[in-house]
Amino acid sequence: MDFNGSDTIPGPRTEDQLPHTAQAAAKIVIVGGFGVGKTTMVGSVSEITPLTTEETMTQAGIGVDDNFGSASKTATTVAMDFGRISITDQLVLYLFGTPGQQRFWFLWNGLFEGALGAVVLVDTRRLEVSFDVMGRLEERGVPFVVAINSFPDAPRYDIEELRTALDLTPDIPIIECDARRRASSRDVLMTLMRFLHSLAMTGSLT
Amino acid sequence: MTPPQRQRRDIVPEPPAPKEGEDKPGNPERMYVVAGPDGERAELDLVTLIVARATDPPPSASPEQAALLRLCAAPLSVAELSAYLHLPFSAMGVLLTELLTAELVQARAPIVRKARSDRSLLEAVMNGLQRL
Repeated sequence: MDFNGSDTIPGPRTEDQLPHTAQAAAKIVIVGGFGVGKTTMVGSVSEITPLTTEETMTQAGIGVDDNFGSASKTATTVAMDFGRISITDQLVLYLFGTPGQQRFWFLWNGLFEGALGAVVLVDTRRLEVSFDVMGRLEERGVPFVVAINSFPDAPRYDIEELRTALDLTPDIPIIECDARRRASSRDVLMTLMRFLHSLAMTGSLT
Repeated sequence: MTPPQRQRRDIVPEPPAPKEGEDKPGNPERMYVVAGPDGERAELDLVTLIVARATDPPPSASPEQAALLRLCAAPLSVAELSAYLHLPFSAMGVLLTELLTAELVQARAPIVRKARSDRSLLEAVMNGLQRL
């Protein structure tokens, strides 16, 4: 990028600027497979047009099971879309839509370790895509809720049938949503916050 | 129709944290550290808020530094800076460490998940979400 013309680098629009009183930010991660609706969900609740942060991953960081193609390819770019919700004049919440493949997670320091919690976004047409993600979150002790993004042509399962299939304990919320709708995506975030709150009450958050 | 069945894995404890001075496997970028609110050292996070201490970049600032300083006249997260500058997160660490050392920017440490969650924080977030 040519920074000599840096006067022209567009920053946030005036109405998108945070107030100077903004003291701290927290983050929530929305994780799921490709095309499951992560960016849609981020966009539907964000107060800013979703932005993208990228990171380059070199060959050394790519797992042996990768299928990034030719042997000549030495680096791949991983992108993460994110949005923002101002909670108060002092507090800001960021939402990161994160690829489900765990080998990308270390690219961003503390993405999961520091997050308040995670939403695992699931498409019932490809339920198995989310299995690995849930296992990883359990291993890392990251509290999560499961949101079923209701695509019109996707198979419908009873929530308890899904709980059994996903092998989730009864306390983990599973809800259906339409990631395109702000109110629906907001409800998913509320469900996560209530779940975190209940964990805080019982002191079982590890 | 029956959904596919997940096989829950046995939870294996994470390997012990490497000792001071050893390379942390899988985390090659964890070298940039900023001071937290109570003097503790915190790593630069995607949602660390950065604010320029002065509105005009000094003449000594590189073009990248000047662009960043102009962007964070109002508080802006490291993630947003990365997006607007089209720079990877790892490069932001280098750039911001220089600016923090030169005291040209201030970093406001993020709220991270703790062993025991802050209920008043969660309640504030819920109230904020209600208003959406």
